[in-house]
Amino acid sequence: MSGDSEDTQTAEETSEIQDTVISPEKAEEAKLKARYPNLGNKPGGSDLLRKRLQKGQKYFDSGDYNMAKAKIKNKQLPTAAPEKTEITGDHIPTPQDLPQRKPSLVASKLAG
Amino acid sequence: THTHSHPHTHTLTHTRSHTDIISTVEFNYSGELLATGDKGGRVVIFQHEQESKNRPHLRGEYNVYSTFQSHEPEFDYLKSLEIEEKINKIRWLPQQNAAHFLLSTNDKTIKLWKISERDKRAEGYNLKDEDGRLRDPFRITSLRVPVLMPMDLMVEASPRRIFANAHTYHINSISVNSDHETYLSADDLRINLWHLEITDRSFNIVDIKPANMEELTEVITAAECHPHQCNVFVYSSSKGTIRLCDMRAAALCDRHSKFFEEPEDPSSRSFFSEIISSISDVKFSHSGRYMMTRDYLSVKVWDLNMENRPVETYQVHEYLRSKLCSLYENDCIFDKFECCWNGGDSAIMTGSYNNFFRMFDRNTRRDITLEASRESSKPRATLKPRKVSTGGKRKKDEISVDSLDFNKKILHTAWHPKDNVIAVAATNNLYIFQDKIN
Repeated sequence: MSGDSEDTQTAEETSEIQDTVISPEKAEEAKLKARYPNLGNKPGGSDLLRKRLQKGQKYFDSGDYNMAKAKIKNKQLPTAAPEKTEITGDHIPTPQDLPQRKPSLVASKLAG
Repeated sequence: THTHSHPHTHTLTHTRSHTDIISTVEFNYSGELLATGDKGGRVVIFQHEQESKNRPHLRGEYNVYSTFQSHEPEFDYLKSLEIEEKINKIRWLPQQNAAHFLLSTNDKTIKLWKISERDKRAEGYNLKDEDGRLRDPFRITSLRVPVLMPMDLMVEASPRRIFANAHTYHINSISVNSDHETYLSADDLRINLWHLEITDRSFNIVDIKPANMEELTEVITAAECHPHQCNVFVYSSSKGTIRLCDMRAAALCDRHSKFFEEPEDPSSRSFFSEIISSISDVKFSHSGRYMMTRDYLSVKVWDLNMENRPVETYQVHEYLRSKLCSLYENDCIFDKFECCWNGGDSAIMTGSYNNFFRMFDRNTRRDITLEASRESSKPRATLKPRKVSTGGKRKKDEISVDSLDFNKKILHTAWHPKDNVIAVAATNNLYIFQDKIN
């Protein structure tokens, strides 16, 4: 009945309010989970730590780079102006356009 | 309300700009020298000048004594790893002769530098003239004894030892042992013991790397040697724990002698709990009886004889607890603040945001918030205490939490070993404050 469901809602609301009043930390946690629903439950776990241990890692494959350079020499002209932001497929980044990778954790947070 | 009776009234004496962000600050044992390291791999050493006769009420200033490039950026081709030249830590050796020695480290390599003065040079060589050109030997008809003549003071820095290739992970701490012969270096998973004379070998004394990296749950965040007991050291973790180890017990100190952890109320646990409990710095008191740890929101003082809880807890910026979500998003929650003791262990200091830093008097329990910035401090002026307003009503001189600049972080501070002089690094500026002498 409508009476029952109202009671349940009130009870839930009350406990939510109590949580917010008791712990600002838990309120912040709720905010974070609302923004990133895929966020895993163990934040201090190996994902976060392994990201920290990988600081400074650059993903540049010299083999791919040299092969692409050889290909371009044969073709004389690239077929399209390479976009600096695109680092997939036939466009091989040069050491100069490799973006400076900030060890930000945003990507892994969203990946969850 | 604070200015007159408060014990810490400071006069700004000095600022210097680094071209790069300052990454470490350290006084030497006498306090005569102050070393800073920066993100560009440079070390700048300041020296305390003698008190000036004209202004005896002020202590002397600190002026640049020596500057040198300690580390260069490197690339490890085998691991595709870029190695930053940023100086993570500088630690001085106790002075044994006229020269000064310090250890500086980046993520991978530790170097021992000798800083020496030259204020004389020999003149009147027989085989070469004053320009250094070789004299025609057939023109030399008499011998003379070269004479030492005074010259303008030259301060030279030379690398005496390079301690390399001992760390797979990133070095976060170095600490000179009280035996003055050995020192330890710590990375995320391992701690090594070195002899200052030997560069091709180091002993691994702690290894917390799990067999399977998927099982990794905690990393080493800081380590320090005990100031008097050369067999004792501590290391802190990302889970908020501290382990004290005794090197007499075993060669490999994987098993701790003491384990310090504050019990946590399980009902208050949140997503952020572990992250904010991560200890960013651990420092023994000068007495060796206590140690201090810094986590994201607080500073804790521990009695080495009591493992189950700290004896004192000081809130640095509790108002940030209700901002943890955005601090996580902008990565500020991972900022590593340092902390330090004064010479007498009666006060402690640590940094915060908005170029604020905090000092706590352990005896009176009074605390103060000060700001290190050009705008808020004029040379020779007394610093005004600052206050962050947390409630609804903001008083006139207060700043609201939402107005704080989280890019202006004070991560590195140092306290003179004897006097009330402090060094505060605010991004790329160094501030030196001292007590007014009445």
